[in-house]
Amino acid sequence: MEKLSWIEYQELGTLQRILYNIRRFLAAIPAFFVGIGKAIGRGVKTAVCAVGRELRDLFMTLIKGSWRTKISYLIMGFGNFTCGQIVRGAAFLLFEIVFIWYTVTIGAGWMSKLDTLGDIAAGEQYDPILDTYVRVAGDDSFKILLFGGLSLVFCIAAVIVWRMNIKQSSENDEIIKSGKRPQNFKADIHDLVDAKFHKTLLAVPLLGILLFTVLPIVFMIVVAFTNYDGAHDGFSNLFTWVGWKNFGELFNTTQSNLNYAFKHILGWTLTWAFFATFSNYFLGIVVALLINKKGIKFKKVWRGILVLTSAVPQFISLMYMSKLFAKNGLISGFLQQVGILDAPFDFWGNATSARILVIAINIWIGIPYLMLIATGILMNIPEDLYESAKIDGANAVQQFVKITLPYMLFITGPYLLTSFIGNINNFNVIFLLTGGAISDPKLTVGGTSATDTDLLITWLYKITTGADSNYKLASVVGILIFIVVAVLSLIVYNVLPSNKNEEDFQ
Amino acid sequence: MSEKTSKKLKSLKRKTMTGNIITYVILAIISIVWLIPFFMIVLESFRGETTMQVGYVFPKEWSLKNYAALFAGSDVVKYPKWYLNTLIIAIAVAIIQPIMVLCVSYTLSRTRFASRKLLMNAMLVIGMFPGFLSMIILYKVLSSLGLTGTGAIWGLILVYTASSGMGYYVSKGFFDTVPKSLDEAARVDGATRARVLFSIIIPMSKPIIIYTILTAFMSPWGDFMFASYIAHNTSEGMNVAVGLNNMIGSASSLAAHYTEFCAGGVLVAIPITILFMCLQKYYVEGVTGGAVKG
Repeated sequence: MEKLSWIEYQELGTLQRILYNIRRFLAAIPAFFVGIGKAIGRGVKTAVCAVGRELRDLFMTLIKGSWRTKISYLIMGFGNFTCGQIVRGAAFLLFEIVFIWYTVTIGAGWMSKLDTLGDIAAGEQYDPILDTYVRVAGDDSFKILLFGGLSLVFCIAAVIVWRMNIKQSSENDEIIKSGKRPQNFKADIHDLVDAKFHKTLLAVPLLGILLFTVLPIVFMIVVAFTNYDGAHDGFSNLFTWVGWKNFGELFNTTQSNLNYAFKHILGWTLTWAFFATFSNYFLGIVVALLINKKGIKFKKVWRGILVLTSAVPQFISLMYMSKLFAKNGLISGFLQQVGILDAPFDFWGNATSARILVIAINIWIGIPYLMLIATGILMNIPEDLYESAKIDGANAVQQFVKITLPYMLFITGPYLLTSFIGNINNFNVIFLLTGGAISDPKLTVGGTSATDTDLLITWLYKITTGADSNYKLASVVGILIFIVVAVLSLIVYNVLPSNKNEEDFQ
Repeated sequence: MSEKTSKKLKSLKRKTMTGNIITYVILAIISIVWLIPFFMIVLESFRGETTMQVGYVFPKEWSLKNYAALFAGSDVVKYPKWYLNTLIIAIAVAIIQPIMVLCVSYTLSRTRFASRKLLMNAMLVIGMFPGFLSMIILYKVLSSLGLTGTGAIWGLILVYTASSGMGYYVSKGFFDTVPKSLDEAARVDGATRARVLFSIIIPMSKPIIIYTILTAFMSPWGDFMFASYIAHNTSEGMNVAVGLNNMIGSASSLAAHYTEFCAGGVLVAIPITILFMCLQKYYVEGVTGGAVKG
């Protein structure tokens, strides 16, 4: 798609301009994916180079290093001990002893079973003393995967620590060569509150993220390649590796329900996220403009009323709204009294009404928050922009379209993206509003029934908590949510006018 | 002033007047629409004649028995326990989470170290995975430690706080705007980085710290997904959201407990709203600042 010159662009009508921009955006997408491919290639290249450099360093140090560094290859911490760094040396040595002891006694056993995730199924064995068959436990695939995986992580950590130990030792060599003394323990401690303060501060939070987010996510990604579910729970029935089968089933169009349900839910997730984000966004700006309009009194009161409603925990309003529009709910009852309805109507039982309602209620939930954000930004728009627009004879709508909106969009671009992603994962609004709605038999997968308003995230929840605990499918869906979010973020991030430089403020 | 201009001025005045009146009407309608559900929930919580859903709002018989029923408790309704659970969780999260967030955001904003960019990108990518994905394994591990079901409070506190360092964005945005020259001046005078943090940055960061505490305190009240999974149908371990949802989950329990549910909602909403209103200033600052800085 040719880029038009400025003059040519000015000659286009409004509609043509929009079309032109959309076409340019679409035309840029292939190049964007090529760019991602190249970036991944570059990343792999950098990583391979880094590993190569490390290996070369290790080899060179082994040849050229001092005797204490050479011994450090076998006895960790030796280089520290001989330079007077007792505490560091002791830590390294202790680590080595614990690692070897653990791996030999426990870790190796778990890791050796990782390839099949267990061979001995639980079964019954004849007990001659009791003269009956008793149940004996076999392997537990879940534990093998968990502890085997953790042992592997421990091994990787050991390699890194081992590398650190050699690096420190050869650094000590350099320091001694230059005639100084290696840093003692007291200086190490001082470093932790000063030069290396970041390590002290980040230690606990990063450990938490590692244990409670990273490792579980890695584990669940791995589960997507097994047949782990309620029928293969690991201890009464082993589960094992199945490769890409789970993904294949999801994308296999002949697998009627699963594929249909996935496409249906993915489509609605994106539709919902689009409408939920932009309806809130524009209406929020409009409400903020109304409140901030010149000559309007009691601004604080109007704002306060809206903020007050956002103070009430969401789940209360959501559950209440859910019952309000239910079959025997107030709205249905009221409409019957007035005579509009002649029988109770379940707003959640019908796909169209349920979908419109969740978007409408989401507007009700979200506007106070958006109004606050918009108010903060609107106050920063230079007043003279509006003054000159007025002199040029622009009316209120023109001012909104030409000044307010572009300014807002420019500033809140990143917010819109986060909000869009937040809506893709907006569990509460969908689940608490429509949790008990009638489900579509075509959306039923195994023991899990989904509804027309289900998002991927609520589907994931239902799959996990469903009767057949389909963990493998849950993992696949989780990975797909990640892919959707990641691709969207990358595209939007690249389209945004400016990738802000974070150093600008400082 | 000629007659013509004064006429023009008058018509202009009339125009803005009508504009303002329309705006007032719209604002009034908006306020009513936004407030009415809360009036309704309060009114229904005082309804004495029936516990079922009815087609009218104003109670025919005013009564406090819904509130009494909540506290009397039954096998289904363990409201005081749920309330206490949520309160304990919220207080614990409000203490731990801001510390985690402060550590991460301060470090990423004020210190420069080799893997900083890598760390930020890694956290961004990890954040794109749905949090619930990790719950399947976390549940298995926590339940083997006895931190689910009846012990769900402690499991939930762990789940909420352990990874909370990843929500550092708003707070980092704040620290980014604090001039770096402050740190540098103190460092020249010989202060350690730790001292700079405790005696210069933290006293300056009251608004963002209060914002973080407020949001940390409020979030456990509204969580349903994690809380319901960890509590796993054990009513001892539920938080208010899960408990109330459970209370009106089936058609029969809805008919028996609907007005009690309204009363339960009111009792949660009142303290939270009062707290929120007191700290509203900080909340508004955090929200507007956070959105602008992304």
